[in-house]
Formats: sequence, C-alpha cells, structure tokens
Amino acid sequence: MPELLEVKGLKASYGATQVLFDIDFRLAQGEITAILGANGAGKTTTLRAICQAVKTGGSVLFDGQQLVGKSTESVVRMGVAQVPDGRGTFTALSVEENLKLGAYVRKDRAGIAQDIEKTYERFPRLKERRHQQAGTLSGGEQQMLAISRALMLRPRMLLLDEPSFGLAPLIVAEIFRIMRKINEEEKVSMLLVEQNANIALDVSHHAYLLETGRIAVSGPSQQIKNDETIRRVYLGY
Amino acid sequence: MEAFLHQVFAGIATGGIYASVALALVMIYQSTHHINFAQGEMAMFSTFIAWWLIQKGIPYWGAFFLTVAFSFAAGLLIQRTILKPVEKAPVLTNVIVFIGLLVIFNSVAGWVFDHTVKPFPTPFPKGSFIETKYFSAHEIGTIVVMLCVLAVLFAFLRYTPVGLAMRAAAQNPESARLVGIRVSWMLGIGWGLAAAIGAVAGMMIAPVVFLEPNMFSGILLYGFAAALLGGIDNPWGAVIGGFIVGVLENILGAYVIGTELKLSVALVLIVVTLTLKPNGLFGKAVVTRV
Repeated sequence: MPELLEVKGLKASYGATQVLFDIDFRLAQGEITAILGANGAGKTTTLRAICQAVKTGGSVLFDGQQLVGKSTESVVRMGVAQVPDGRGTFTALSVEENLKLGAYVRKDRAGIAQDIEKTYERFPRLKERRHQQAGTLSGGEQQMLAISRALMLRPRMLLLDEPSFGLAPLIVAEIFRIMRKINEEEKVSMLLVEQNANIALDVSHHAYLLETGRIAVSGPSQQIKNDETIRRVYLGY
Repeated sequence: MEAFLHQVFAGIATGGIYASVALALVMIYQSTHHINFAQGEMAMFSTFIAWWLIQKGIPYWGAFFLTVAFSFAAGLLIQRTILKPVEKAPVLTNVIVFIGLLVIFNSVAGWVFDHTVKPFPTPFPKGSFIETKYFSAHEIGTIVVMLCVLAVLFAFLRYTPVGLAMRAAAQNPESARLVGIRVSWMLGIGWGLAAAIGAVAGMMIAPVVFLEPNMFSGILLYGFAAALLGGIDNPWGAVIGGFIVGVLENILGAYVIGTELKLSVALVLIVVTLTLKPNGLFGKAVVTRV
C-alpha cells in the first residue's frame, strides 16, 4: 500500500511548552490508523499539528506534499477533513447548514446536494432534524453530524479526534461500525485518535501508542491487541 | 395630534439611519467582539466622496452606487492592512486603532474638503409623488432605502454560501478554518459590508444634518445606543433598537426635554440598558465555563 501520510520528526508546542517530541508515523492509502494514549499524551495536538492549527516543526508529507508551513485552510483544501475535539458543531446554525459548510470548498452543486441526501440515508435522525439548530441535537447526533460534515468535503483523509468521547457504549459501537463501513465503501483513509483502545484497535489496521509526546509502541492493531504485556502496561486492561 | 404623529414618523425615518449604523456596529462586533468607534467617521468620509462625485457632475444614483462600492472596498482594505496585524492583540490595542482611525478620517476630511457646512442633495425632493400627509418625501425615501439595505443584507447572509461562511466564521472561527473557510477574509468582508451600510446611512442623513466632518459624532452615539438596546450580538435587535431610539429621541426632544438635550437621550439609554439589561432586549446572555 502506498503511503498517504508520512510524518517524520513532528514537533509541536504551545508557547514555550513542547508537547510533541519527534514523532514518526504513517498512514497507508485506504487504511485506518489509530493513535492511542492517555489524557495529555498529545493525541489532539498530533491532529492539530497535521492540519497546522498549532506551531509545528518536522515534516508532514501528505501525498508527497509538505503540509508544514501551510495554513489550516489550505490543508483542508487539499482534501484533509477533521472531526475536531469537542465536535466543532456550529451550534446556532441548522443541521443542513452545518452539512453545507462541510462542502464549503467544493464547487459542484449537484454533487453537494447528492452527498447531503446520502448523509440523510446514512443517518435518518439528521434528516428529521435538518432544519433544527445543531446545538439542540443530542451528543450522539452531534457526533454523527460532525462526521457527516467532515465527509461532505469528500476528503482523501479524515482525521478523527476521539469520536467516542462522552457517548453511551451502544452509540459508540454504532458510530465505529459506520466509520468502518465508510472506510471500506468509499476508501477514505482515516487517522483516528482515541482513548478507548479496545474499540479503536478493533476498527483500525495499524496503531501507535503515544506516551507524553513520544511514540512508545507501534504495529498492526491485531498484534497489539493480542500482546498481553503491551495491553497491561500501556492500555491498562 | 397631527404634530405628534409627525414627530413619530420623523422619528421612524431617523430611526432607520440609527438602525443601519447600529447594524454596521453589530456586523463587526459579532465576528470580532469589538466596537468600531470609527464607524461614524468612515460613513462621514464616504458621504464626502458621494458629494465630491456629485460635484463632478455624476448623477445622484450613479454617485450613490459608486460610493457604496468604494466604501466596501475601503472597508475591506482597512481591515486587511490596518486591523489584520492586530487581530490577536488585546482589546485595548484595537480600541486605540479605532480611535486613531476616527481622528484620521475626521482630520483628513476637514483638510481635503474643509470644515464649512455643505448642503447635500436628496434624491427625494419636496413635492415628489411619494410625499404623504405625515411623511416628507425624504423621510419615506430614507425608510425605503434602509429597508432595501436590510433586505439585501439579510438575503446575502441567509442565502449565499459566502453569507453562510461569514456566519460560521463569526460563531466558531476554529471550526470554520477546519472546513476551509478563510476566516480572516470573512472579517474583511464584514468590514466592507459595515462600511457600505454606513455610507448609505451617511448619504441618507446628510440632507438633514448637512455635510461636515463632525456630522456623525451624535449619530454614532444614537447608533451605539440602538445596538446596545437591541442586543449588541443580534442584527435584528439592532434594527429594532434603531427605530425605538429614533422615535424616543424625537418625541422626548419635542415634548419633554427640548432639542438641546436630545443627545442625552442616547447617553441615558446606554447607561440604563447597561445597568438594567446588559444584554439588551433581544441579546443572548453570554455564558462561559471557567
């Protein structure tokens, strides 16, 4: 599989505080890669560094092009969508407006309308609430909306920041099932950041364990899942 | 009774002006949380441009639309060149920049066009067909023009992709960047729109208060009072606030406190609003988790 994303020596800092120290990882075309770690390990910062929303050093190659030094808006225009930390819902806008915003950089009106219909087929709940303010949705519905909004870009790579956060286990399972389906059917490559290691290892092909800004372990997800030492030391179950 | 009604209707006409000044303030406040103190002087300068164009022999409506276009471009340019560098600076820095702009526009207007009070033409002269018993032609014309401005602005924000992007950028800039919206340019467009709205307000009020560099000092205060009364984060509130302030000012001026003290109506309204209902009549209370 050719590499879609190749990160080398990634550093990131907030002011004087360095959060990431020389991180290396890659994401193969069409695969799901998970980055696991505890609170404060630097997971969210890793995603923010890829889309240049934080001061970064090192190299982030997306399909051979250097992202470091570009603006967030330009990175998005290259086909990198993100489901951010806290879902990033435009709470005062309607569900449908949120979806339209996801396709903001696209110009094909017919394709956009088609994708909105597709979203409503995938999540009938969103169709029922299409004219409702997005802030009135439940947590699970907002997460569905956040994923759908990101997909409206027709991204080549989707960055997901803890899609399981704050949701009931049944809804988490549902969302991960749909993510897997989207990955298989539409070949969207995904970089998934999670605290919920169990479910993230099930859905992903490769995984990296992040510990206070450094990669501690990496390998195929199944292998990590079956390695009792890693599980006990790093994942705590 | 007839005189009273006339005062009310005249108040509605000037209220339209205050409403649009308030709307211009709200446009910028919504996305940056700053009050542009130079809004009035920018509008005054635009009005001088219109006056100059008319002096050059351009017909009124030609000068009108040229001025609106020029003001939009100038507003955009000011944001891009002067305010972008201080986008992340503390509020006080921005306030100083606004005051600087105010003084610059005021002095440059006085220097280029001098301080003598000039008459400004109205496109709705006395005796034209739209005149009625209670409204002069200019009052009706002003109201119609202002309602058109509101309708165009509303349609732009509600139905165009750029309008949607502007609302998104104002609400959640970080998330807006993540869908590819160039947030900083949206602020620029907001400035352009505010300047254009201000220009229309200037051209509509100039036949009443006459044209001179200080013509907006009082009007900006009324506009500010209107924006606060309606709720500084709510465009509709600002518009309704504008009409309320216009009518109140006129009636109190005519029957209660006299025209000399009219301006204090605005100041009293500001103080009363801020003490009794700081979010205004239609504003949302801001809740922050700390």
